[in-house]
Amino acid sequence: MESTTPAGAPAADPARDAARDTESAEFDAVIAADGRIEPRDAMPDAYRKTLVRQMSQHANSEIIGMQPEGNWITRAPSLMRKAILMAKVQDEAGHGLYLYSAAETLGTSRAEMTDALLAGTARYSSIFNYPTPTWADMGAIGWLVDGAAIVNQVPLCRCSYGPYARAMVRICKEESFHQRQGFEILLTLSRGTTAQHEMAQDAVNRWYAPSLMMFGPPDADSSHSAQSMAWKIKRFSNDELRQRFVDMLVPQAEALGLTLPDDGLRWNEQRGHYDYGDLDWAEFKAVLRGEGQCNAQRLAHRRRAHEDGAWVRDAASAYAAKQATKDAARQEVSAA
Amino acid sequence: MTSQAATQQAATPQAANGPATDNTSSAVDATPTAADSRDIAEYALRLGDDALVLAQRMGEWVSHAPELEEDVALTNIGLDLLGQARALLGYAGSLTGRTEDELAYFRSDLEFRCAHLMCLPRGDFAATIGRMLVVAAYQWELYERLSESADEALAGIARKAVKEVAYHLEHARMWTLRLGDGTDESHRRMQVAIDDLWPLVDELFRTDELEQQLASAGIAVDSSALRGPFDALIDPILADATLTRPDVPPAAGGGRHGRPSEHLGHLLAEMQVLARQFPGASW
Repeated sequence: MESTTPAGAPAADPARDAARDTESAEFDAVIAADGRIEPRDAMPDAYRKTLVRQMSQHANSEIIGMQPEGNWITRAPSLMRKAILMAKVQDEAGHGLYLYSAAETLGTSRAEMTDALLAGTARYSSIFNYPTPTWADMGAIGWLVDGAAIVNQVPLCRCSYGPYARAMVRICKEESFHQRQGFEILLTLSRGTTAQHEMAQDAVNRWYAPSLMMFGPPDADSSHSAQSMAWKIKRFSNDELRQRFVDMLVPQAEALGLTLPDDGLRWNEQRGHYDYGDLDWAEFKAVLRGEGQCNAQRLAHRRRAHEDGAWVRDAASAYAAKQATKDAARQEVSAA
Repeated sequence: MTSQAATQQAATPQAANGPATDNTSSAVDATPTAADSRDIAEYALRLGDDALVLAQRMGEWVSHAPELEEDVALTNIGLDLLGQARALLGYAGSLTGRTEDELAYFRSDLEFRCAHLMCLPRGDFAATIGRMLVVAAYQWELYERLSESADEALAGIARKAVKEVAYHLEHARMWTLRLGDGTDESHRRMQVAIDDLWPLVDELFRTDELEQQLASAGIAVDSSALRGPFDALIDPILADATLTRPDVPPAAGGGRHGRPSEHLGHLLAEMQVLARQFPGASW
């Protein structure tokens, strides 16, 4: 897939170069016309590589993201909440599946993406390295983490790569359902007993800043943004999306009766937006480096599930091979 | 999708004054008396606790499955069981003045009525598939008959459940074949799984006076009558999967009568911990 890098390219082949120029012009024209690139269309290697990185990282995040919420399925405090939480975590597995499938259309197999995740060479959203010590974290994850994901992902429904854009349409619908469920958990807690209200406020205190950092570093420090925007994979900058999210949160926090832990938060009449305080990017980088509370735990859990399941996957392959042999033998007999 | 269905489970108490089915030889009036209502609630709790405890075990699988497709499938099965549990506990509660959550979170292990098989720890994937095969086959036979119950509420719950457990049975059957007739290792694990759970199978098919009375009124299903059809369903699957049907003595059981499995207390300690920290709170 990455065999055609320009650096150190073999001897010139004018016919191949001409074909590549035509393909490149076609790709540029589709992007300029706001069209969709489909799996069989020609595309620059770097575009393909960027998409595989982004889509597999997104799929990995869904899969790792099952853990912090899975943590509360067996302890959910009512049967209705248990059912809703199970359905939500199941949706996340489903999102991981469509995203891996969409990424496979670019020529990288799910097995390769899984191996990269387990080897620690592919990333997942750093937010899932934070722990979920209380039930209110189920509300805060839904409201803040899924809320930030939606703001990030709605523009991806218009992403230039067709399979990714189409997968995102369905994912965004389900995410928006999850966000409302999270809001509703927090609202119930906020209006509940004093201890429940405090539990909700504590969770919001812990998840607010990490959720703002989900949009990535400030635009000036973002290494991938400019090229992704030129390719129309990304439509808005990190800071634009973060601002949109903060503007959305403030009135919702008021409705919840909870405060946002940000001394810098105030309406800026001139900008027509809320100002917000500085974020602790040193913490963000530390968690990215693996120094969050749960980095090692999340990856170890995923590796263990994969290793524990190896004998099952081997059995399914062995059974399928036996069935194929039997089918072939039956066909031979019936043909004879 | 399933979470929307999950919110529709408040099984409405039926006046149970519908026509009695004519296929009971004893012409018993199926209109429950007050005593009948308590018996029906007890019967609904047995079925509901089976579903609830097994749903809890399925919930333990989330994010641990051998592949993503199985994470989706096992959770789906867990959600079906949880939906059945909510309908059955909701109905039992409507007859005795309690909510589904009071029944699920504020009864002790001595007050649960589930069979011991449901309480076994989740074990490996073979143990989960083996139990799912047995339970789904039993529930399929049960719910198919219960959908004809003279009690409209039970019949309605059963009519929905029978479609769900048909899928659970098919899922378990396919995996039993793959694991039983897959590799040497998977065959060994699947046989161990069946051997380990087999002593607990018998309890599912034991009947008692309460069930017999309700069965003669056309309300409940006589569990002892299900053993033959169950064996006829399971035996060919085990044979196709190259597995040996164990020949072991049945365990004493007692789950239906307040003699719970040792495993149940631990399961409830985890399931009930948060609800019991905040008694009376809404969630």
